[in-house]
Amino acid sequence: MSIRRKTANFASWALGFVALALIVVPSISVIGGVVSRALPHWRWSVLTTPPKGLAGGLESELVGTLVLVVGVALLAGIVGVLSGIYLAEYVPAGKGGLLRMASNLLAGVPSIVLGYVGYVALVVGLGWGFSLGAGVLILSILVVPYIAKTTETALRQVPTSYRDGAEALGMAPGYAMRRITLRSALPGVATGIIVALAISLGETAPLLYTAGFSAGLPRAALTHAPVGYLTYAVWTFFNQPQASAHILAYDAALILLAVVVVLIVVSRLLVAWTQRHSERSSGR
Amino acid sequence: MRSRPNLLRSASRLGAILPAVALAAIVVELAVKAWPAVVVNGFGFLTHTPWIPGDFYAPVTHTHGVAHPAGAAYGALPLIVGTVAASAIAVLLAVPVSIGAALVVVEKLPRRLAAVVGLALELLAGIPSVVFGLWGAITFGPFLAHHLSPFIAAHAPNVWGLRFLRGSTGSGEGLLTSGVVLAIMIVPIVASTARDLFAQVPRLPKEGAEALGMTTWEVARKVSLPWVRSGLIGACVLGLARALGETIAVAMVSGSVLGANPHNLYSTMTTIAATIVSQLDSALTDSTGFALNTLAEASLLLVAITLVANLGARALVKRTSGLAVPVGRGI
Repeated sequence: MSIRRKTANFASWALGFVALALIVVPSISVIGGVVSRALPHWRWSVLTTPPKGLAGGLESELVGTLVLVVGVALLAGIVGVLSGIYLAEYVPAGKGGLLRMASNLLAGVPSIVLGYVGYVALVVGLGWGFSLGAGVLILSILVVPYIAKTTETALRQVPTSYRDGAEALGMAPGYAMRRITLRSALPGVATGIIVALAISLGETAPLLYTAGFSAGLPRAALTHAPVGYLTYAVWTFFNQPQASAHILAYDAALILLAVVVVLIVVSRLLVAWTQRHSERSSGR
Repeated sequence: MRSRPNLLRSASRLGAILPAVALAAIVVELAVKAWPAVVVNGFGFLTHTPWIPGDFYAPVTHTHGVAHPAGAAYGALPLIVGTVAASAIAVLLAVPVSIGAALVVVEKLPRRLAAVVGLALELLAGIPSVVFGLWGAITFGPFLAHHLSPFIAAHAPNVWGLRFLRGSTGSGEGLLTSGVVLAIMIVPIVASTARDLFAQVPRLPKEGAEALGMTTWEVARKVSLPWVRSGLIGACVLGLARALGETIAVAMVSGSVLGANPHNLYSTMTTIAATIVSQLDSALTDSTGFALNTLAEASLLLVAITLVANLGARALVKRTSGLAVPVGRGI
């Protein structure tokens, strides 16, 4: 092997490691920047103090985010899982291309466009006002295609032998579907929903003109009651001159990161569980 | 066995139809809202630079039967230029870096370390865009303005094509910052797909190439890379679509300047998405609703641009579907 090719080999892989560093270093800077600015001022009372202008805490934002995410889990979870079930189990062979395409196209609509449509159609058009209902509906439209896709994939990965076995035992199709197929696909479905929740947790653009913003705790009303959320605190506080606003922005960012980490850990555990499950089942 | 009507079947069909209904409703709503703006702004919307909402307090003017504030003239050229330029910078930076890193992760890193990098990519993908915006605005933008940009601007040769890199370097809000922040946001999409694709390349052709005397890099470049090329292109276009539609992070680091095209790599700018989010508030004060209509037209424009990128991705990804290993299909 010539020296030139050896050098080229070494230099190229060195560049590859530089590329890896170019990913790792900014990632550490993004996460480290939030942690290092939030932690020195961190006080747990942030979680329980209501906001007060540019100071106070993040209680309403935190509760608002949780309420929004629970709403999305219910609405998008149900619609997305049903959609995935239909596409994986009931669509006749060769059909369903149109439904799949619609879902794919919906996934490609930028989130701010969804926010705009939510504003003109729901907030103004239907007269809902800035509200929980508008926020949840728009966030759900954002993540339904994702949940449908992961559900369909999870169902398709259920071994055919399971279905054949259920049929051979004389189970009714609906019963076999519930007890065998859906149950085996459950961890995959749950992982999809968790990732979808992480997505909706971090969204800002679709919420600004649908959920609006409120400094108070969310009220038990779907319409005419704006809701606060954590990303709003980052978006509005980061360029205010007051130090208290900066601290709140970074606190909100830290809470968001922490929740995302928790969701990723949970989804990882679910994936590990799924793999163990499928390995055990694949040994005939 | 008699097949009886199945509740789950009908419920799931409803669930599958709802997203299609939502998509149709969105398209119709946008088209209806945008139509007056399309009529008044005309083709000039795509070629004009000024963004003038007009005088909200002067008597209302009518053009082609559409009411709008006197003097309203909207041109989206700077938004289109900003969107395309920032996304292009993002893709140009993210793609080589992601592919290089993915090759290193698959071919060179020990398994444990590769798993850690995979987890980091997953975390990076989950970070909210406001957090990237925060990083770009407070940490990275100033770093760029104080250290990197002046260096590039001073050393870029003064020839045609590279003149775009010279000139005043601004305060850290602008095109380059937006492009870099977008790049970091699409790295997880491209890098994790690239990693999965490279890991799927069969061992035999790689070993064969090595047996012929190729160096490991030559194997990576001449066997692995062509093997997964179309899948990689699909991942890149998906990343591009993400960059085109990103709103909040860009709104936080672009400087949000309307009515002017970026004059160099560092100048403040805006994108279609960032304009919609930053202008919606003031558009609501236009009593004729024309500003709102124009934002609908801008939304349609963004959807069209993103759609082209997405359809491209789908066409390219479809061609690689033979590579995906079917998992758990019985036997």
